[in-house]
Amino acid sequence: MKKIEAIIKPHKLDEVKEALNALGVAGMTVTDVRGYGRQKGHTEIYRGAEYTVDFVPKVKIEIVVDDDIADAAEHAILMTARTEKIGDGKIFTYDCAGAIRIRTGERGPEAL
Amino acid sequence: MTEFNTGDTAFMLVCSALVLFMTPGLALFYAGMVRKKNVLSTTMQSFFAMGLVSVLWALVGYTIAFGSADGPMGKFIGTFDKVLLKGVALGASGVEGHLYPESVFAMFQGMFAIITVGLITGAIAERMKFKAYVIFAAIWVLVVYSPLAHWVWGGGWLGMAGLGALDFAGGTVVHIASAAAALAAAIVLGRRKDYGSAAVQPHNLPMTILGAGILWFGWFGFNAGSELAADGVAGSAFMVTHLAAAAGMLGWLIAETIQHGKPTSLGAASGAVAGLVAITPASGFVDAGPGLLIGLAAGVACYFGVQLKNKFKLDDALDVVGIHGVGGTLGALLTGVFASKAINSLGADGSFAQLGKQALGVAVAWVFSFVVSFIVLKIIDATIGVRVDAEAEETGLDLFDHAETGYVL
Repeated sequence: MKKIEAIIKPHKLDEVKEALNALGVAGMTVTDVRGYGRQKGHTEIYRGAEYTVDFVPKVKIEIVVDDDIADAAEHAILMTARTEKIGDGKIFTYDCAGAIRIRTGERGPEAL
Repeated sequence: MTEFNTGDTAFMLVCSALVLFMTPGLALFYAGMVRKKNVLSTTMQSFFAMGLVSVLWALVGYTIAFGSADGPMGKFIGTFDKVLLKGVALGASGVEGHLYPESVFAMFQGMFAIITVGLITGAIAERMKFKAYVIFAAIWVLVVYSPLAHWVWGGGWLGMAGLGALDFAGGTVVHIASAAAALAAAIVLGRRKDYGSAAVQPHNLPMTILGAGILWFGWFGFNAGSELAADGVAGSAFMVTHLAAAAGMLGWLIAETIQHGKPTSLGAASGAVAGLVAITPASGFVDAGPGLLIGLAAGVACYFGVQLKNKFKLDDALDVVGIHGVGGTLGALLTGVFASKAINSLGADGSFAQLGKQALGVAVAWVFSFVVSFIVLKIIDATIGVRVDAEAEETGLDLFDHAETGYVL
């Protein structure tokens, strides 16, 4: 199993979700996050004073998938979250050591 | 039985309620501009004034401001014949043909005292101890606000019964007095830890804009009601109040767009308030054209006014000085230029002489309120301290002072 963690632009969330659904990914966890990378922040103006805001709002999605669709899932996120502008985000993939469905106690890929 | 004019009575009752409504509006206006960890602290500073000031006003504030101006000290302080609103329930206010109950007048004026105290709190946001604020507010309303109201409106030495400085609805008594106190407070308190960084950005601007809208709405009671009768001057004051707010919004946004390229929503709200502040002293004395001009000038002047604090490195957190100080001063001076006896026969015509009287009124309000506020704050600081410690400031005043949080998320 692989865990895929992707930091993406918030408005791309629906498209990414649809693409992963189409691959049969059965669930995901989404978190509103703030961060910066090469995009850096932006400027906000309050009563004539400019402030640099370093942290940009992003969405983090986390999914765990069986090995055989991991590459396809990664690719689906890559293609749907991409706008080719700075700040599109990152995808991180990890080996996942275990998974348990709490309701039934099923383990491994059956739990996904 | 006194023959009350029912039209005037109904009008003044409604205006009193409108002025009260400005204070929760102010609470929203200010609270949206602070960080979410201080939203209740800032809200409480305004809202609590409705409790504290009302009680003090009934006990002695009213009689200091509007007790009899006869007697040796009458030009400086009202006599204590109306302590605990003695006789007010049966009294009459207004002129012949426009009489209404004195109880209504006492409440109308009390609402002014409340919001004036509330206005100061923009400067102390996010770092003043609630206990220290309560003590300051209680002293301030009795030793600064009430005497100043007496000088200008209560038959004292500064207003139309004395030197003849015109202040229709409170440019000096309300706006300059609160701004001078705010300046003193910003100096005594010092800067917030995060002053000047992006960490202090407003947490809820829709709240601020709603607050500005409520202020605008309530201001009709504030200015038109200050005619103290439902007549032509009240109508004219209502009209120029609205026009100045509108022009103030445009003035601010034009200046802002030229300087930064973007018109901001906070700028629209601030500009409208700036216009309202500046028209306040002029409202019953000027025509529509000057009303528009005063509002427009205030929008531009206050936009640059709020940026002064960055030069002086003063943390007047929510710009009481930049908006109420600059706007109030500009409005009071322009009243001396644009006042017209055709609009209000009891006023004056604009002239150099009148401008001089206005400048004197402005200077007195600034100096008196600043000096007394500064001394009172220094005494409070030396005894119980005015400022929360660094840890409480970091955690937020909502938890530290009130054991609450504004939002669960």
